[in-house]
Amino acid sequence: MTAMTNSLQIIAYCCEHCAYAAADLAGGLRMQYPPEVKIVMLPCTGKMDVLLALQAFEDGADGVMVAGCLPGDCHYLEGNDNAKRRTDYLQTLLNEIGLEPERVKMFNLSSAMAGKFVEAAKEMTEKIVKLGLNPLRERIKDEG
Amino acid sequence: MIVAEQKSLEEIKELVGDANKVLVLGCGTCVTVCFAGGSREAAIVAAELRMASKLDASPKDVTDATVQRQCEWEYLDQAAEQVGNVDVVLSLGCGVGVQAIVERFPNAWVVPGLNTTFMGMPIEQGVWAERCAACGDCILGLTGGICPIARCSKSLLNGPCGGSIDGHCEINPEIACAWQLIYDRLKSKGKLEVLMDIQPPKNWRTSRDGGPRKIVREDLRLGKEE
Repeated sequence: MTAMTNSLQIIAYCCEHCAYAAADLAGGLRMQYPPEVKIVMLPCTGKMDVLLALQAFEDGADGVMVAGCLPGDCHYLEGNDNAKRRTDYLQTLLNEIGLEPERVKMFNLSSAMAGKFVEAAKEMTEKIVKLGLNPLRERIKDEG
Repeated sequence: MIVAEQKSLEEIKELVGDANKVLVLGCGTCVTVCFAGGSREAAIVAAELRMASKLDASPKDVTDATVQRQCEWEYLDQAAEQVGNVDVVLSLGCGVGVQAIVERFPNAWVVPGLNTTFMGMPIEQGVWAERCAACGDCILGLTGGICPIARCSKSLLNGPCGGSIDGHCEINPEIACAWQLIYDRLKSKGKLEVLMDIQPPKNWRTSRDGGPRKIVREDLRLGKEE
């Protein structure tokens, strides 16, 4: 299990106004969250691009978290709502491709919710551990 | 614009079949603005096909490109080299685009990635609705600018029918009754008398009933004078 989690790659697309600041706060408070979660800062989760996330999976990412503001609190009014719809769409694409749709999930939190970010990161990591590594990884390895 | 929607990945996989080298060719015009077959969609479909084929243990070499308009040979020619290098071209253009590729590059095997659906417009972001049926003999001047051919389920020329219920069509309460819209529009413009003229049966030979259509403009043709 340890060996597996060490190699897990979970990409977290985080809004700079909430989840990114929450992750920063978690660091400041010395709260531990799984190191498998790699943060990519976005100006808003409304910038979360379906193609970018697909390419992350194609390149071997095992999971994708989208972490945006609480409902109704988007700095740009509705970017987090748009991100939710795109996350749902991404799940349908993953399903069509043959990957588990659960490999992508959206979370909503505020910049003060360091604990919630840690919980979300742990939840996602545990879920991916259960699902196993992205099966495309083996194929990527085979191709050298 | 021409409005289309993507076929399911399952159908696309079947159409692509055993081909190893695949070019997903997008179109930069109508299907770009209806988010069905532009450069982004071509990149997404290509990524989907690459991943799905890897998971199926038969990885394909899938690339993508987009031309400004698939329905004009001048633009298509820009993709000639890429088309020539693959086993199959998956066109994300409308039905015209698919056929244009076939006509321009007869050696290529071309399959459609979209279902071409109708001529229409976005009525809000993410929602498109049919507006024109290309009947070839426009009667919008008689109906206040609302087309009963495309928007009335029965294409009635003298409506509404008895199935018009509270401004909606009997076939689906979500569809507005075109003849109610026409009535309301003419009433608002003080032109209800237009409706007193009974329209004779329409000449459908200008529509699909007359077979495949073609327009020839001698003033625009190139070549030697006779």
